[in-house]
Amino acid sequence: MTGFTGAELIAAFSSLGAGMAMIAMAGVGIGIGFNAGKTVESTARQPEAQGTLLKLMLIGVALTETAGIFALVIAIMLLFANPLL
Amino acid sequence: MELGPRIIFRIGSVPISETVCWSIIVSLAILLFAFLATRKMQTVPHGAQLLGEMLVGFVYKMVKDVMGDISDKFAPYCGTLLVFLGLGSMLGLLDFRPTTSDLNCTFPLALVTFVLIHYNAVKAQTAKGYIKELSSPYPFMLPLNIISDSMFPVTLACRLFGNILAGVILMGLVYSGLHTASAALVNLFADPDFTRESIVPFFQIGWPLILNFWFDMFEPILQAYIFVMLTMVFIDNGRHPVES
Repeated sequence: MTGFTGAELIAAFSSLGAGMAMIAMAGVGIGIGFNAGKTVESTARQPEAQGTLLKLMLIGVALTETAGIFALVIAIMLLFANPLL
Repeated sequence: MELGPRIIFRIGSVPISETVCWSIIVSLAILLFAFLATRKMQTVPHGAQLLGEMLVGFVYKMVKDVMGDISDKFAPYCGTLLVFLGLGSMLGLLDFRPTTSDLNCTFPLALVTFVLIHYNAVKAQTAKGYIKELSSPYPFMLPLNIISDSMFPVTLACRLFGNILAGVILMGLVYSGLHTASAALVNLFADPDFTRESIVPFFQIGWPLILNFWFDMFEPILQAYIFVMLTMVFIDNGRHPVES
């Protein structure tokens, strides 16, 4: 293990960390899938409530997405505005 | 690779970036539209006045559906947010940097919303009721409620910022990849190789419009709508405590 400076190692592991941070998107995908599935179910049961359901679904999707967006912001921070370097 | 917005000029030591310039231009454009549309008002509207009236009517109806009786007080703020955030995020269509891909644009707006929520909550419930609501269901939940309440502007700002910035990064990657692909195709047949810069990126013609439509039109409208919707819902929730 010679030939690596500290900064290079930090850059390498930051890139790995950015990739790992995006694993959070898996959970977000599951959450949004549940959300959309339930909305389809409810719309099939009660088609006249479609407008309200769509609105509620969009809010739910936005709230679910927040966790993933935090992961994205952290990944972007690690790649472009790394506080450790 | 540099990701932040370019600095256009400085006033003293304060850097003025391109997103700040663009938000001023977008605001002026909205102002100009509003001025021109209402200059010669007609009973039967057409043209700019019709567009303006449709927009205002849509916003007032949307706010009324969520907030009920006090909607008229908040509709102007919500409409301004909707138009400004929507147009500001759609600048990517013209190959400029969207104003909302800068945390300095979204965070102040989220703070305004935060102040509005808590100001109206105190006004509607009085200070005592506000603290009681904050320490519900049990008094030891007070710190947790404060933390969760103060995270609201952060999530609101980061959601808009992250979504639009992800679109900007992705569109940049797609366009630069298509440029490289066109250069590679030309250099397959050209004997002295062309440089990447001297090649017309013909692969960029046409089909990236689909991606543009998603990231620069649908996503901004959706995110602006969600921003406004959360603003309305939380202001309304603050005014009416859930327990009652």
